[in-house]
Amino acid sequence: MNYLSTLYPAYAEIFLLVMACVILIADLLVENQRKTVTYVLVQLTLLVLFLTTYHYHQTEPAHLFHNMFVGDQMSDALKMFSYIAVSMVLVYTRSYMLVRGLFTGEFMVLTLFALLGMMVMISASHFMSMYVGLEIMSLSLYAMVALQRDSATATEAAMKYFILGALASGLLLYGMSMLYGATGTLEVKAVADAIKGGVANSNLVVFGLVFIVAGLAFKLGAVPFHMWVPDVYQGAPTAIVMMIGSAPKLAAFAFVMRLLVESMQPLAAHWSAMLAIMAILSMAIGNISAISQVNIKRMLAYSSIAHIGFFLLGVLSGTVEGYGAAMFYIVIYALMTLGAFGMITLLSHEGYEADSLDSFKGLNQRSPWLAFMMLLLMFSMAGVPPTAGFYAKFSVLEQIVKTGHVEMAIAAVMLSLIGAFYYLRIVKLMYFDVPESHEPIRMPAESGLLISLNGLAVLALGILPGWLMAACSVVVQKSLLLQ
Amino acid sequence: MLNLTLSHYLILSGLMFSVSVVGIFLNRKNLIVLLMAIELMLLSVNTNFIAFSHYLNDTAGQIFVFFILTVAAAEAAIGLAILIVLFRNLRTIDMDELDSLKG
Repeated sequence: MNYLSTLYPAYAEIFLLVMACVILIADLLVENQRKTVTYVLVQLTLLVLFLTTYHYHQTEPAHLFHNMFVGDQMSDALKMFSYIAVSMVLVYTRSYMLVRGLFTGEFMVLTLFALLGMMVMISASHFMSMYVGLEIMSLSLYAMVALQRDSATATEAAMKYFILGALASGLLLYGMSMLYGATGTLEVKAVADAIKGGVANSNLVVFGLVFIVAGLAFKLGAVPFHMWVPDVYQGAPTAIVMMIGSAPKLAAFAFVMRLLVESMQPLAAHWSAMLAIMAILSMAIGNISAISQVNIKRMLAYSSIAHIGFFLLGVLSGTVEGYGAAMFYIVIYALMTLGAFGMITLLSHEGYEADSLDSFKGLNQRSPWLAFMMLLLMFSMAGVPPTAGFYAKFSVLEQIVKTGHVEMAIAAVMLSLIGAFYYLRIVKLMYFDVPESHEPIRMPAESGLLISLNGLAVLALGILPGWLMAACSVVVQKSLLLQ
Repeated sequence: MLNLTLSHYLILSGLMFSVSVVGIFLNRKNLIVLLMAIELMLLSVNTNFIAFSHYLNDTAGQIFVFFILTVAAAEAAIGLAILIVLFRNLRTIDMDELDSLKG
């Protein structure tokens, strides 16, 4: 009994695991084709998870299960953002998946298992729990991409995602095995101590570090390991892409923090040089390739590569404020991605995918409010003030200039300027072109409400970013074991 | 009589790892070979962990191997399931035929 009460930082994970299994069984008994009961159960689970994490939030890092699991302020904050993101995905995609016959129990249970994997990744403080969390998430996502099993493009995307995802896990594991050999331990904290104390064989550590950075770059989708991103974004059902593009990025942020910053802070000079090259290349290739895309999902895929480049800039600044700015960036990025893909699902209807740029033509004439929301989201992605995307880019740039990487800041601004072109092209299509059809847009009330909230949140966080930025800095500072 | 040291195991696992990476990037023919290369990659990591674990006198590495083996089984199951779905749709498991997504 006493032991159970010490597990409270992991209550949310335990509850989610139980509920995912319960929903898996309960769904068998739901006759209804609309799966309302399952859907409500999943949303209630997410609500309870949010309250659990909020109630048992940590002020000081607490280690559990022989230092395999850590509950700290950063993990609590990222988990709460993940619950919100997953809940938004389900609200946005419900009618999209229903008309395609994909709104099944499997979809919702896999979503919950993917969320469980993300939560374990966020809270992992041991290489083994990191790997297990990563695989719980990835295996669920591979299956979700292949959910539309009669679609040739979706299965092709699933195969590509699976192969490159498995390769990334292999690289990451190889790097971890080298670190284990060099330091003799698998715990993040002990690895950091061994490296700092000079006990570890430094050649072996740097060799392992290269593999770990490559594996992380694959998972994040940073150049030169980005080739799967456009194919998966284009081929997979939009609802699944929304899932892949939002919450897992938050988990990946925690992963980068624990692996690179917490366990290998003394090697910052090595990894920040690698991240710098990847960041500049990601921004360049992402922004330039996005210009020539006609498929909006593929365009957003290249845009995600560019955003990851920007996020890496925040990480490589190597200061607590820089990590806080990177966390702020990734949270805002997740919010914008949810909105942009949410808009695609709202404009799609039975037998029609709104995934080409032409489907946004003249949106202002069909629905001025939706066009305005898309305008806010695109301005935010491009980094136009007063939206949240501007402040996110600004705070990352501020940090890298402070740490003396002025040339990188200049490159980032120039490349964002190139990127602004393709976001503003969508605004031009919506406001100055003639629509292809005058069909009224039919959407469920809750998705309409959510897209309004999403668009307005992007605007509100741009006008009043201070509290979220301060929160991100504080949680990072309170959580990382920095020397 | 050759005395096996840690570096022998590391060289073996390095070779296995290289073979699997080459198998993934240069193999343009068969998807099943690709899945085999992925399994080989995980086995090379396992060799590393066990060799280090023995050398360091620390069991944590061997326990990690159990987890990797379990995950590898799940990964193979999902990979083969995706392969079957893909074969039903495309009637081929040729790498070169996976080219409908580009731009």
